[in-house]
Amino acid sequence: MSSLSFLVKKEFIQFRRNKFISRLVFAFPVLVMLIVPLVTNMEVRGVSVALIDHDQSSLSRRMLSHLEASKSLRVRMQSSDYQQAYRQLEDGKVDIIVSIPERCEQTLLLGQLPCISVDANAVNSTKSGMGSQYAIAALGKALSEVAAESGVSLSSGDISVRHFYNEALDYRFYMIPAFIIILVLLICCFIPALNLVVEKERGTIEQINVTPVSRFEFTLSKLIPYWLVGIVVLTEAILTAGLVYGLWPAGNAGTIYLAALLFALTMSGFAIAVANISDTMQQCIFVLFFFVMIFMLMSGMLTPLESMPQWAQWITVAFPPRWFVGIMRAVYLKGTTLAELAPNFLALLLLAIAFCSIAMLTYRKQR
Amino acid sequence: MLHILRDKRTMLVVLVIPLILIVLFGFTVTTDVNNIKVMACAPHRSHSVSEAVNHIQASPYFDFRGFVDACDIDRMLRTGQVSAVVVFASDYSSSGSYQMLFDGADVNTASTSQAYLQSVLAGSAAASPFDVHMLYNPQMKSSYNFVPGIMGMIFMLICAMMTSISIVREKETGTMEVLLVSPVKPLYIIISKMVPYLLLSLINLAIILLLAYYMLDVPMAGGVGGIVLVSFIYLVLALALGMMVSNMVQSQIAALLISAMVMMMPVIIFSGMMFPIENLPWALRWISYVIPPRWYIDAMRKLMIEGVALCDVVLEVGILLAETVALMAAATKKFNDRLEQKGVNFKIL
Repeated sequence: MSSLSFLVKKEFIQFRRNKFISRLVFAFPVLVMLIVPLVTNMEVRGVSVALIDHDQSSLSRRMLSHLEASKSLRVRMQSSDYQQAYRQLEDGKVDIIVSIPERCEQTLLLGQLPCISVDANAVNSTKSGMGSQYAIAALGKALSEVAAESGVSLSSGDISVRHFYNEALDYRFYMIPAFIIILVLLICCFIPALNLVVEKERGTIEQINVTPVSRFEFTLSKLIPYWLVGIVVLTEAILTAGLVYGLWPAGNAGTIYLAALLFALTMSGFAIAVANISDTMQQCIFVLFFFVMIFMLMSGMLTPLESMPQWAQWITVAFPPRWFVGIMRAVYLKGTTLAELAPNFLALLLLAIAFCSIAMLTYRKQR
Repeated sequence: MLHILRDKRTMLVVLVIPLILIVLFGFTVTTDVNNIKVMACAPHRSHSVSEAVNHIQASPYFDFRGFVDACDIDRMLRTGQVSAVVVFASDYSSSGSYQMLFDGADVNTASTSQAYLQSVLAGSAAASPFDVHMLYNPQMKSSYNFVPGIMGMIFMLICAMMTSISIVREKETGTMEVLLVSPVKPLYIIISKMVPYLLLSLINLAIILLLAYYMLDVPMAGGVGGIVLVSFIYLVLALALGMMVSNMVQSQIAALLISAMVMMMPVIIFSGMMFPIENLPWALRWISYVIPPRWYIDAMRKLMIEGVALCDVVLEVGILLAETVALMAAATKKFNDRLEQKGVNFKIL
């Protein structure tokens, strides 16, 4: 095993000597974690509303004030001309048009439901979907208030709502674990693969090929340093998120580290396998880029996994980040225990074994 | 040009990757919330409870997973087996009271499913006083919305990755010296390095637009001419950016890490493809103004989906053009700098 320790030592010397990479590993995660929580805010704000009021009643005035009170909505125009509002919507100046029909209040006071139309510009479907929900909530509040004051019964039963784990519904806290994974993913994929291909292009790998070092030892010597790098990146990211944004894992940090060890191993195994089969850096980086993009966008880190078509959800079973993101979010936000997450750990373990075996098998001393 | 043609495998990879990514993401990536996993908890399974459950089962937004005991609710939510639980009061049939419990860790799913659940449980749609219309994108398909975003991201990164290696490779193999002593102007060297990649990217663009139109049903309402023109400018810009990276760094590995990994983050974060720009704090919003994909994605959304004419995206196109010129100038300038530096080195030698 002594040759392994020499090989690992060599990797560390190379790592230290390359100023660019060592700086990247230390600065990149901190920088990303500082900025990301400020940005990842899917919460829909500043939805512009045009109010077409054909009723001009106390009900419609109440609706206006409720719309204005909503922190997500902004009443940009009030008019009685639908065409004008529609043109504004086409120009992108207004996102939602609320039209209150004539005699809306009277209908309500007769105990019937009026019909208020809400037209949204659905080009940005998240904004229009959430925006119209906010508008409906504000309008509904006005309706039920007026109804209650005049003794008409509209509502039925009590509805209570409770959100567990993230009671303030802070979206940042949902995204921070995902971006920690993205950082580990990027660093543990790109750097080891490029590092190996550089040896190929420079020809130094030939020198290793003529030594009696085994396939197993050589691959391991490439994996171990990035295992540690992955842990360093994770620690940096957790510390930044905790110190700056006050988000510390709710559960056991050991669980996170255990999962991260498996994940870093899986990803660098995968990267080494890609590097083994490509001849040039360009090929290697394009293939890696392809998979990294797929891992990032299809593992449920940035968009919900459940919304994907069934066939796509089956494919994601083979994506390591899909399992890691489940673990990270559960431990970080809900304090889930290791035992409860056993299926995720098992999946990660299997993938780690699979990818590392591929990495070893694809390394050939002769071609 | 020969450089590229000689490496068939790389060329194949460069042509195929963007296609697969666009199609795959077009079909799968969506910020919509569907198939929310829901369970119900009911002490009395009365007729009205089963009616309400039928409503949930019938809704395409929910994936009903059966009934759960009150003591198991917490475990179900904590392990992520369900995202929401509806608890019906024991007198639900008479009072209509119920409670909704959500896994608030996933904020978007929680707040969306709250709205959906409320409207489903409120009964049939006829009883709602609101009549909601989604204009332009009536089925709320967000593949529409994502195609411009993914195009902006993939073009930027792939183009930059292609050119970022070009000059630095000459540096590493030593052929740069030959280029430097030749009387060819730096601008011509830069342009001649970009043209083959530009051709490659244009082939890519053509195939992607065809796929987007025929497979993903993106409307392209603003006319193909405008889309191609704006994309052309954007491609040149991305290639020039790669050139600049290539001029600045000393090794291929650094060039590739910058163009693939470091640049990926601002493109995702600031371009508006994932996170709405309106929500950015003002300082960061200023950063987003200099990020080219932001303008490209904006222009593409308008041209492809809203179908406005080319003259309505003049601002976006103008900014992209200005940035392209600036980057080209910077890339050439950097090239000159190196030239002078070399001269100094020779003197010392």
